[in-house]
Amino acid sequence: MGVDEKFNSIHEKPENRIEIDKQFLSAPVKKAVDKFQLVPEYLKARGLARQHLDSFNYFVGTEIKKIVEANNTIKSSQNENIWLKYTNVRIDEPSTVINAVTVPITPHNCRLSDLTYSAPIKVDVVYCNGTGYINQAKSNVTIGRMPIMLRSSHCVLYGKDEEELAKLGECPLDPGGYFIIKGTEKVILIQEQLSKNRIIIDTDKKGCVQASVTSSTEVTKTKTVIRMEKEKIYLYLNQFKGKVPIMVVMKAMGMESDQEVVQMVGRDPRYGALILPSIEECASKGVYTQREALEFLEKELTRLPYSSVHNQREGRTMSILRDIFIANVRVTQNNFRAKCIYVAVMLRRMMEAILNKDTMDDKDYVGNKRLEVSGQLLSLLFEDLFKTMNDEARKIIDITLSKQSRASRLDIIQFITRDSISMGLERTISTGNFDVKRFRMHRKGMTQLVGRLSYIQALGSMTKISPQFEKSRKVSGPRALQPSQWGMLCPCDTPEGESCGLVKNLALLTHVTTDQDEGPIISLCYCLGVEDLELLSGEELHMPNSFLVMLNGLILGKHLKPQRFANAMRKLRRAGKINNFVSIFVNEKQHCVYIASDGGRVCRPLVIADKGISRIKENHMRELKDGVRTFDSFLADGLIEYLDVNEENNALIALYEKDATHETTHIEIEPFTILGYCAGLIPYPHHNQSPRNTYQCAMGKQAMGHIAHNQLCRMDTLIYLLVYPQRPLLTTRTIELISYDKLGAGQNATVAVMSYSGYDIEDAIVMNKSSLDRGFGRCIVMKKTTAVCQKYENGASDRIVRPQREGWDANKMQILDDDGLAAPGEIIRPLDIYINKESPKVTKGTATNSSELKDSDYKNTRQSYKGSEGETGAVDRVALCSDRSGNMSIQFMIRQTRRPEVGDKFSSRHGQKGVCGTIVQQEDFPFSERGICPDLIMNPHGFPSRMTVGKMIELLGGKAGVSCGRFHYGSAFGEESGHADTVGSISETLVEHGFSYCGKDFIYSGITGMPLEAYVFMGPIYYQKLKHMVMDKMHARGNGPKVMMTRQPTEGRSRNGGLRVGEMERDCLIAYGASMLIYERLMKSSDPFEVQVCRKCGLLGYYSFKLKSGICSTCKSGANMSTMKLPYACKLLIQELQSMNIVPRLKLTEA
Amino acid sequence: MFVLILKTESVQYSGAYASMKVDNSLRLDQFRSNFRVQVTKIEKDEKKEEDLIEFDMVGIDASIANAFRRILISEVPTMAIEKVLIANNTSVIQDEVLAHRLGLIPLNVDPRLFEFMSESDLPNEKNTIVFKLHARCGKGGRITVKSDQLKWLPQGSEFLLSTEKNAPSSTSKQRTYTSFSCNQDSIPELRDKPIGPKYPGINLARLGPGQEIELEAHAVKGMGKTHAKWSPVATAWYKMLPEVVLLENIEGEQAEKLKIKCPQKVFDIEDIGNKKRAIVARPRECTLCRECIRGYGWDKKVAIRRVKDHFLFTIESTGALPPEVLFTEAVKILEDKCERVITELS
Ligand code: SF4
Repeated sequence: MGVDEKFNSIHEKPENRIEIDKQFLSAPVKKAVDKFQLVPEYLKARGLARQHLDSFNYFVGTEIKKIVEANNTIKSSQNENIWLKYTNVRIDEPSTVINAVTVPITPHNCRLSDLTYSAPIKVDVVYCNGTGYINQAKSNVTIGRMPIMLRSSHCVLYGKDEEELAKLGECPLDPGGYFIIKGTEKVILIQEQLSKNRIIIDTDKKGCVQASVTSSTEVTKTKTVIRMEKEKIYLYLNQFKGKVPIMVVMKAMGMESDQEVVQMVGRDPRYGALILPSIEECASKGVYTQREALEFLEKELTRLPYSSVHNQREGRTMSILRDIFIANVRVTQNNFRAKCIYVAVMLRRMMEAILNKDTMDDKDYVGNKRLEVSGQLLSLLFEDLFKTMNDEARKIIDITLSKQSRASRLDIIQFITRDSISMGLERTISTGNFDVKRFRMHRKGMTQLVGRLSYIQALGSMTKISPQFEKSRKVSGPRALQPSQWGMLCPCDTPEGESCGLVKNLALLTHVTTDQDEGPIISLCYCLGVEDLELLSGEELHMPNSFLVMLNGLILGKHLKPQRFANAMRKLRRAGKINNFVSIFVNEKQHCVYIASDGGRVCRPLVIADKGISRIKENHMRELKDGVRTFDSFLADGLIEYLDVNEENNALIALYEKDATHETTHIEIEPFTILGYCAGLIPYPHHNQSPRNTYQCAMGKQAMGHIAHNQLCRMDTLIYLLVYPQRPLLTTRTIELISYDKLGAGQNATVAVMSYSGYDIEDAIVMNKSSLDRGFGRCIVMKKTTAVCQKYENGASDRIVRPQREGWDANKMQILDDDGLAAPGEIIRPLDIYINKESPKVTKGTATNSSELKDSDYKNTRQSYKGSEGETGAVDRVALCSDRSGNMSIQFMIRQTRRPEVGDKFSSRHGQKGVCGTIVQQEDFPFSERGICPDLIMNPHGFPSRMTVGKMIELLGGKAGVSCGRFHYGSAFGEESGHADTVGSISETLVEHGFSYCGKDFIYSGITGMPLEAYVFMGPIYYQKLKHMVMDKMHARGNGPKVMMTRQPTEGRSRNGGLRVGEMERDCLIAYGASMLIYERLMKSSDPFEVQVCRKCGLLGYYSFKLKSGICSTCKSGANMSTMKLPYACKLLIQELQSMNIVPRLKLTEA
Repeated sequence: MFVLILKTESVQYSGAYASMKVDNSLRLDQFRSNFRVQVTKIEKDEKKEEDLIEFDMVGIDASIANAFRRILISEVPTMAIEKVLIANNTSVIQDEVLAHRLGLIPLNVDPRLFEFMSESDLPNEKNTIVFKLHARCGKGGRITVKSDQLKWLPQGSEFLLSTEKNAPSSTSKQRTYTSFSCNQDSIPELRDKPIGPKYPGINLARLGPGQEIELEAHAVKGMGKTHAKWSPVATAWYKMLPEVVLLENIEGEQAEKLKIKCPQKVFDIEDIGNKKRAIVARPRECTLCRECIRGYGWDKKVAIRRVKDHFLFTIESTGALPPEVLFTEAVKILEDKCERVITELS
């Protein structure tokens, strides 16, 4: 088991993902079973955007049916015989309606012609339009259109192979998981939330211990807080004016005996002592019975803005306690016992926390969080829209019925076929503003454009988790790396700056659960010996050796042998009797067994081990290799299981089989799966300083390369492409898994680490001109410009006319075809006209026939290519389509091919960015004894402070790779399992091929021809060209446009603006004493203005050209006028102040 | 392991020796007797045309050797495609990229037969070579356009100037993008050796069904310093002759060790009676990997050095001219330069 064997295992060059697997496995099998193969199998089966797809599939397959069933009737309150009932709901094939004909659509069509990729929601209904009519049934009624997630079970791309996808114009490597709304790709970001229906113990701002529950049911969403303030315990609920004593609430729920409360909390005297002040307070308020308590609470209620129709008989308090207070605990037939017990458990946990701070819950703990994925959010939205539509329908029916004279007969169907659902869904996804009135949910920025700058950016959008807190909060807790996010959330991939640590990304193997049915689990629990809550007295509840059993935050009962119970449950789960994603977690501290089947938990697959011996044996992996086994069969056979964050606490997970001890319960599949997609690109990330990996995660998304296989068919507003992208010489397993080797974003540059020419300070790099000549770093930038052929209200419309071939502007129209549009392939220079459009002069008023309009009725509205000198491009494509309002829109893709120039930004994969400092002729470049001339030179000062050792190993590995012809690997933490080549073995390869083992070469100076005095570290490193290019940024101006209001120069490059001498620059000039320069910059070159000032009243006057003198309009005289210069903005300020009744007066003195 | 390479630089100040009263002047006859060029290797490609030469250049200063290298890379002229007139390109490859690829194709033509084209010159048979490329993919299947589909047009361009297009094709010849006065075929050197790309198998583009490329490529004479496509060499470089010295006698086990240490098999073992002693057998093979001095104390036993005035020169030609001709061209250019300096000074 030496180095050699490891070598063999990764020796064969992988051609594609499926094939490597075979070759990889055909290598000698090691003693410790190599479980890596499970990772590609998992990703192959589930796809790269699986979290979105699973939740969406669950929504359209199951959830939507539940929603419709829960709200299946519309019944008129006026006439019992007018009703409608939904009997079935389904989502059809994606289609669109063109001229009242339904045609099927493909996603790529939608992208190109700005359509929404959606499918009709069809329902079957039974309805009755009144007494006289019989019940009618109608099927396939479209109630709206549902945007379809790409690659989901309802998408046309579902289950298609590569060739079929290519036919549909789709990139086979695209992950899917997003929507296409009006031609733009939108992804609903994963939302991080505090978990619902769970007791969370923490402290408020003042340091008071509190227990809070955010209850969420289908009907409402409430937050209940029980807080200990000054020794007494109070309940906070929005429906009460202020705090109410908890004991009163207990009494109101029928728990009249104080003893029972104490028993329920626990008979430990310490608990008794803590609850005593509250009991005393209750007594002092004179509340002893349920009736008294209810009366007391009734007074504490907030006034309702309008008198609502609540059940007068039982009072509002009762209904609040039943339906709003801890709403997740259901009350049946006014039996409040379950709720009382729940409150008692809350109290008990609070007191525990007071006695022992360790039992406080951590809000940042990943197990206390839920991720809301697109399916859940959509179902929330759909439910709201569906209910609103039904309510509306009911209202309209009632209004129509109340009108005496009904002209036509009422057809109930027409009320459910409006497009409020389609509009609502479309608007919400395209704006990202979720407004669900029922839950008082108003959230902004829930959706995001799928970044198509690079393939990695698109993938990154799918795993991005948006935070629950606002970014402004200056707290460090939620931003810190949580130990519990191990393996679930990527520890590297987070943005820098304000949202650092709040925005997270999923790790490679993370799965986000969907909701599971609770019913079978409950009955199973009772079968396995859980004692029903109903049968327990308060005293029995907290017996020292019994554990409470909680399912999704509900108390089921208690169990005397929790470990045995948990083991039995787990056994059933492994056997497939209950769902894989149900988690069973025994909390020894809280004496509870938590069972969770709710959606939004993060979990990941782990190999099960019995007493430290992995269940996966060689024969299993061999079967996988032979294709007999799939990932699911591993699950079904109980070799692998999913653990969520809570259940991980009950497991002892060994990193490798060899580390396993007798107690080990699970073994990791592969350690590199702790990282996400973006961090997975970094070779040897475990050798880098950690912030460098974070920087690379941000930068990898800006790297130019191939964005998708259909990149040349896309009509995005901006596309950056690299002309010759390469796959990295030093790859990682993740790179192969996510196909970065097929859609690379960078090139393998031979780098020499040395100083050269002085143009390489501050991370600048020196580039070899010949390399650039040969195509290194060459990129294509494509920009879209659109022209619309407008139709006007009077029937006239824009027209495109034949270009003039003669005359003064003929040369500006050179690139136009005879149809008046620029021809593809033509070279377009700034100011060239690309569409020869004319608009009618009269667009309003009476209808005119456009054929009657004469040429003179049109005016020129040509569009010409804007861009500064030298920004010459070529017309790449011209596409015609009709936009949403039926006008013809013409889209031009204008392409520029750029070679790197001084100032362009480059970066390696280790967060080491730098600009090109200078470009040097090849003959001046140093060369090695083998005649190798580097492509770029990087300054060695980049290393010591950055500590990117990974980059050095990448160089060594790359060098060994090119000399022996095998791609080397640098997967994270991969040395141990053979997924990363060790420096030792790399050095051996280097020596074998005549290089120094340390990667340093003997170099000759290209200028003098003599050898350099030091050996130079030289070899290939994968370099990315980032989207920031000088050409898009450089800017200067002499004279130029000014802002109308202030008469100061405009701002920004796009408006040809000036460069601002800001406050700080001004400060410098003041300190230096350059007063004339300040005067020149701030006034003369900006907005000089001459005003007439009245010396008497100090107000501004005007200059009368008739009298040839200044006149003060206030004093009505021209006697005391002076002329002075001041910035126009100052004059504006004076006048603006005057308009608010403030009189600024200028007092002039002789200078 | 840190090994300092000491004093690699030679003295660059011209008056350095004179100021120290040392006569360092180079005697011509001395130089003549010392200077030596010896070809060690000539490699040929499939067509039996030379494309690589290795020779030793002894008795010369590094700056001169470097001057040859620099001239070879950037100043020996060749012909390369500079202008591409694209009539039709419906392939996926963009026009600029295609033009760039065409530019980098090495052309099998002796550049000495042509002249530089200055800004004011019209393209004529003396300064321009015209190629035509017309590839079309029929229905079904895909084709790869390779460099051998570039066809030489000895008559010059076939594309009419846009000003001529509308004019009636009445009188004489219509004007095209080149104004050749005669057929290039008639130049005897070209007649014997038709012009074309050096390598036929260079991928230019791939065409899908129905796609087409039609273009004309105009090659002109240029130098490597303008653009790497005009560089006549893939690369040219030299290294100094390695010299491996055993500082002490290495015998017995140590000798065996040393022999194994070197991956290039520089060392051998010599049997002297019953003793084994290491000798330096093939110093030329040394790549300066420093394996032999790795490990404690070895740098005291072995020294790896370079001979300062002995250069192992390698020239890899891209194909326009054989490498040895390239070198003589380089020498000529250096000669020219010297002459220019002399005339300027005198
Ligand atoms: S430097 Fe390397 S190649 Fe040269 S003699 Fe020593 S071991 Fe051999």
